[in-house]
Amino acid sequence: MDQLKRSQHHESFVTGIIKENPLFVAVLGTCPALAITKSFEAAIGMGILFTFVLVCSNVLISALRKIIPEEVETPAYIVVVATFVTVVKMVCEAFVPALYTSLGVFLSLLVVNCIVLGRAEAFANKNGVVDSLLDGLGNGIGYTLALIVISLVREILGTGMLTFGNIFPFLKINGEVVALPILKGAGWDFSISLFAKPAGGFIVFGVIMAILAAMKNSKKDKEAAAKRAAAYAAAQKAREAALAAPIAAKTEGGVH
Amino acid sequence: MAYFVAFLLALVSYSLIDNVLLSRFYGICSFIGVGNKVKSAVSMGIAVVFVIVFSALICYPIYHFILVPADLKFLDTVVYILVIASLVQIVGLFIKKYSPALYKSLGIYLPLITTNCAVLGVVQENTDTSLSFAMSMANALGTSLGYLLMIFVFACIRTRLDTYNTPRAFKGIPIALITAAIMAMAMTGLTGIGA
Repeated sequence: MDQLKRSQHHESFVTGIIKENPLFVAVLGTCPALAITKSFEAAIGMGILFTFVLVCSNVLISALRKIIPEEVETPAYIVVVATFVTVVKMVCEAFVPALYTSLGVFLSLLVVNCIVLGRAEAFANKNGVVDSLLDGLGNGIGYTLALIVISLVREILGTGMLTFGNIFPFLKINGEVVALPILKGAGWDFSISLFAKPAGGFIVFGVIMAILAAMKNSKKDKEAAAKRAAAYAAAQKAREAALAAPIAAKTEGGVH
Repeated sequence: MAYFVAFLLALVSYSLIDNVLLSRFYGICSFIGVGNKVKSAVSMGIAVVFVIVFSALICYPIYHFILVPADLKFLDTVVYILVIASLVQIVGLFIKKYSPALYKSLGIYLPLITTNCAVLGVVQENTDTSLSFAMSMANALGTSLGYLLMIFVFACIRTRLDTYNTPRAFKGIPIALITAAIMAMAMTGLTGIGA
């Protein structure tokens, strides 16, 4: 029983990270994924705040799942999420003001984020508190990882370097912003500013989705080929057996 | 007259240059989700125009005459989302009574407008950047018309894309995103009007 429970907890936590990644597999929460991924730091900040809101709303909605009447489910969820978003906004404005200004409206837009509402309707209102907490955590981590991938590509291609310290002051070294030049050097610069612009967001997201689709397709093709080979081998074996059967019968008859 | 011209320029800039979908990224989910059905895309777009304009119209006085004097500015997001959710319900009832055919064609898209980032995004942007009443209405009207235009154009393009022989990995959402990127690049060509 305990074993079963533990495996269920593990399942709720793990599925959201890669197998059912909210951004790349379910294609939800695309607005912030395109808007705030210009900078690596902003993407991490968004990921952390998003995870906090998702975990809190999942836990509260799951705890209230037997109290909230079915007819007003969605409005009730939106109010719960909006409350946590307000808390996050106030905390973020007070402690990391640079993150607050760089996320802008997208922090408020967490209220109508499809992933938060989707997890509430698809998971939290059917499952227990612990599972909902783990589900929120898993999906939050999955979304954060997806944002990090997009933002790394965009920041490196768009500006030619990675900067730390603009948004999180504790990443500064000796009070200076750290900039790691990657596509840039003395006298040469291979950065493409398009990737820092809106169009670049669409391109990077589209290409990553295509790469994932290609990987999935090749896996599917391989599986189909293996299946065909197995079927062929089985047929071959059956034919050989059918051919061998009369001979065996004859030799058996010969012994008598 | 100068005021009117300023309003028109703001309208153009909010609807085309700072297009809601292609450069401000509000409502991408619905942009990708509605897909290739031109008729439902247009119905959805029209409903979004109604909801955005009316919620901007209602939320402006609520913020400036209730939340600011009462020193409750931090409650703005919660209040806005409640206004939007009830407005969507009212618009739904209204359309159901006066045009059952339109109600039928809008179908499931109507309740989804509540969670369309474009609505909350516009209202929140109006107060966050403390726009005047005329400018916030220009923002609401321009943004929603830009949304309608882009969702229509995109649905038309996607019906064509489905019949073309795109590389297998790019079929569906990836090629739609690349198309959106090209449209976004085209829109940046308009930068400078009204500046």
